[in-house]
Amino acid sequence: MSAPADAPRDTGAPAAPVLGAAGLRVAFAGRAGRGTARAVDGVDLDIGAGEIVALVGESGCGKSTLARALLGLVRPTEGRVVFRGRALGHRPRELKELRRRVQLVLQDPTGALNPRHTVYDAVAEGRRIHSGSTADEQEHVAEALARAGLRPPERFFLRYPHELSGGQRQRVAIAGALVLQPEVIVADEPVASLDASVRGEILQLLLRLRDDYGLAALVVTHDLGLAWNIADRAAVMYLGRVVETGPVEDVLSAPRHPYTRALLSVLPESGSGEPQVLAGEPPDPTRIPGGCRFHVRCPVLASGAAAAAGVAERCRGEEPGMLSGSGAAQVACHWAHAPERV
Amino acid sequence: MDTASRAPAGRTAAGPPRRGRPGLHPAVRYLGGRVITALVSLLAVMVTSFFLFRVLPGDPVAALTQGRAVSVDQLEAMRRDFGLDQPLPQQFLDYCLGMLTLDFGMSYEYRVPVSELIAERIGPTLLLAGTGTVLAAMLGLALGTRAGWRRGSLMDRVDTGLALTLWSVPSFWLGLLLIVLLASGAGLFPTSGMSTPGVEGAFNVALDVAHHMVLPVATMVAVVYAQYMMIMRSSVLDEKGADYLTTARAKGLRDAAVLRRHAVPNALLPTVTLIFLNLGRVVSGVILIETVFAWPGLGSLFYSGLRVPDLPIVQALFVVFAGSVIVMNLLADLVYPLLDPRVRT
Ligand SMILES: Nc1ncnc2c1ncn2[C@@H]1O[C@H](COP(=O)(O)OP(=O)(O)O)[C@@H](O)[C@H]1O
Ligand SMILES: [Mg+2]
Repeated sequence: MSAPADAPRDTGAPAAPVLGAAGLRVAFAGRAGRGTARAVDGVDLDIGAGEIVALVGESGCGKSTLARALLGLVRPTEGRVVFRGRALGHRPRELKELRRRVQLVLQDPTGALNPRHTVYDAVAEGRRIHSGSTADEQEHVAEALARAGLRPPERFFLRYPHELSGGQRQRVAIAGALVLQPEVIVADEPVASLDASVRGEILQLLLRLRDDYGLAALVVTHDLGLAWNIADRAAVMYLGRVVETGPVEDVLSAPRHPYTRALLSVLPESGSGEPQVLAGEPPDPTRIPGGCRFHVRCPVLASGAAAAAGVAERCRGEEPGMLSGSGAAQVACHWAHAPERV
Repeated sequence: MDTASRAPAGRTAAGPPRRGRPGLHPAVRYLGGRVITALVSLLAVMVTSFFLFRVLPGDPVAALTQGRAVSVDQLEAMRRDFGLDQPLPQQFLDYCLGMLTLDFGMSYEYRVPVSELIAERIGPTLLLAGTGTVLAAMLGLALGTRAGWRRGSLMDRVDTGLALTLWSVPSFWLGLLLIVLLASGAGLFPTSGMSTPGVEGAFNVALDVAHHMVLPVATMVAVVYAQYMMIMRSSVLDEKGADYLTTARAKGLRDAAVLRRHAVPNALLPTVTLIFLNLGRVVSGVILIETVFAWPGLGSLFYSGLRVPDLPIVQALFVVFAGSVIVMNLLADLVYPLLDPRVRT
């Protein structure tokens, strides 16, 4: 077992993935009268050591399900989770090992912390699960709290979550993750439920943890601005599939997928012409369209640009295929790949 | 269910200090409010008890002298003795003054102070009701936890179905069934009373009483455990989707430990409150069960008192029974803030 606290920081070459998904699919059996929901529908995604990857997309596109699958909290229907180069088995021992080195931070710290546990208990829990109660437990808890920006840590030990502010609660949740000295943090919308004024601080904290301890992170968000601010790499998800991925500068400043463009166009600071409101019904994972899954809402197809490029048929009838999980810039769009594009 | 809405009400009552009389700590104000409410309810119960039993059909004097040749003078004397010749307002005043000094009057039938009868009978009732309630609560909490955690499973459906069936069965019917099956037929357990005459030695007496308790306690547990089970089941269901359980699981805690360390303690919080509120039903349950099994407690005393009607007995017991419900509710209100750190500030 390696010492997770000091993961290699500056590797010149693209860092070896610590955690990833390979051909991952998660389907939920439909409730009364509804079909099977293919929440995650074929995703390859790698998170390198010390890398921050943003997973962006509208709500309902499967981001949380993917995040949970990465922690073994939902079982993939197909494909696998790869941790340190090995496919994750779902036996209790394997899961426990994964859950020591990969930590989850949820959106709403009010719900994510047990209301009847003190800050100390909340932070110490992870250590107790994995190393039992040790004599130096208190030092570790104090250190984790301090790293999460709660200083002096002793002042917080006996507080209950309801006595803290939203930002402080999220720091407690992060401290609870840090106490295990993980290699990766999977953060599901970590600031979405916080006041705008503290969002920046929490994001700053994640960045500093990466810089200081080489902590990798998958940050799930529906907020592209946030992705821009903290991520090295972005993966844009639509209806269970990653449709565009690459270094964050490429994806967000030179988007190639019509979906990414539409998302960006509604940002106030985008300045790139008209905001593009997507037509058509909101996506429904129980009825994923054939062909390109975005074609029914695609503004490029609707405007005739796809037809002009000669790909309209393929948009309707041919699935663009899965993107690889590596760091390279890629897009799953027939039109973006069309040679005679205007 | 109005009981369910009481816990949150308790929550806000202990909240941050609001405008109002200065100098009173909010906790003191909260306690004071609850105690006053309880006292007012008790007063209402006392008044109700007096009038309720006076509209019962039946004349105690006639009932007590049934089958004997008594003269009109003797009947008049008895009436005077009982104070029944007084005008109603006077009777009411005497009753109230008596109650305030814990003097419940003289039983018509037994000719001894009601307070003596109660003192003599309260032990067996507490023994039966206490044992039955503790066992029913333990069984109900365990089964309710299991059923809620695995909602929709076969086990949940079987356990819940059985509990609700037993709950809807009248306790005297179930009691008689048990008597027929286990006592009369197989002769395994005594069917009435609390002890066998002539048994000596502390250990043997205890064993004998326990033997007598089997059927009444079993009947009581079977009929009432469903309420504890259903409360716990729904509390566990409420907690089941909570994010903090996901957090704990994601840290590597096994499912059984997630349930034990997180879900159960938090589900117990609303459950304890509701259990206290439901303890009132123990009283009505115990009256029937004591009657079926001739258990020498307050319940059978009440039942026999009703037939006369022995007004001092039934009035006093009504106040005792209703009073115990009120006290339980008060306890629930007082215990709740101790358990929930969100209220305990
Ligand atoms: N446990 C579940 N059972 C059934 N459907 C689910 C479950 N969890 C998520 N889904 C469905 O999967 C889809 C993706 O959900 P989610 O991963 O939460 O999306 P996001 O986090 O991007 O908002 C949604 O349509 C949701 O209704
Ligand atoms: Mg989500």
